[in-house]
Amino acid sequence: MPISFNAALGSHEQALQLRAERMQVLASNIANAETPGYKAKDFNFAEALKQATGKQTTGNGVRMQTTQAGHMSAQGTTSMGAEMQYRVPMQPTIDGNSVDIQQERAKFSENAVAYQTTLKILNGKFKGMMGALKGE
Amino acid sequence: MGLGKVFDIAGTALSAQSIRLNTVASNMANANSISSTPNGVYRSRQPVFSAIMDNSLSGDNTSVGVRVVDIVEKQGDVNKVFDPGNPRADASGFVYQSNVNIIEEMTNMISASRSYQNNIEVMNTAKQLMLATLRLGE
Repeated sequence: MPISFNAALGSHEQALQLRAERMQVLASNIANAETPGYKAKDFNFAEALKQATGKQTTGNGVRMQTTQAGHMSAQGTTSMGAEMQYRVPMQPTIDGNSVDIQQERAKFSENAVAYQTTLKILNGKFKGMMGALKGE
Repeated sequence: MGLGKVFDIAGTALSAQSIRLNTVASNMANANSISSTPNGVYRSRQPVFSAIMDNSLSGDNTSVGVRVVDIVEKQGDVNKVFDPGNPRADASGFVYQSNVNIIEEMTNMISASRSYQNNIEVMNTAKQLMLATLRLGE
């Protein structure tokens, strides 16, 4: 029986890539914590993972229709197809910036831990495969 | 790979914050500068931050860095002080002081250094995760 990497790794490969992309988005929020007019962005990880693994073809949000080749999506998507959303700020600021640095730091840490968790799971899968190949 | 771009994004923030620290240092150094004309006096300099929206970092607009687009001088009246003994006093004995507010500059400095540390933290985390990814399957 051939070993299928896709079957063995499951959705963890996509999850790792999405975690890396989310890290990029959160890093840009932290970088722009003091930029006037900047709006904090994020995406719904669970929705994005469902979309990336093909379990769901479209998100459940309301979206603009694209009928011509030149039309762009309203929110913008990451390279994995995750739909970007603006964060709802806890309190308004006078310069129009909606980054709450504590919230972003917390989400960044949470995302980093989740990345490491996915990495651990992938590592375990590879170890299992190696064990099966060696037959020890 | 998304993690590599985290370094680019945090790097733009580091350079923007260090420009901000530089302007603070310049303002503090010139807090007591005086001039014999209102126009020649040192005015507090403040950087203007702006998100980099030209797709050069990420290829899309989902994640953007930051840069300093301009450095503006704080407007408003400068202090006019009667000090006839000063060698830089004008004909009627007045000197003009810079409009640097030391307290403002100190809070600005603390805010800039905290932001700098935040972005260093982001870089460190990204580096650790990248190294962990390199060891995958060992």
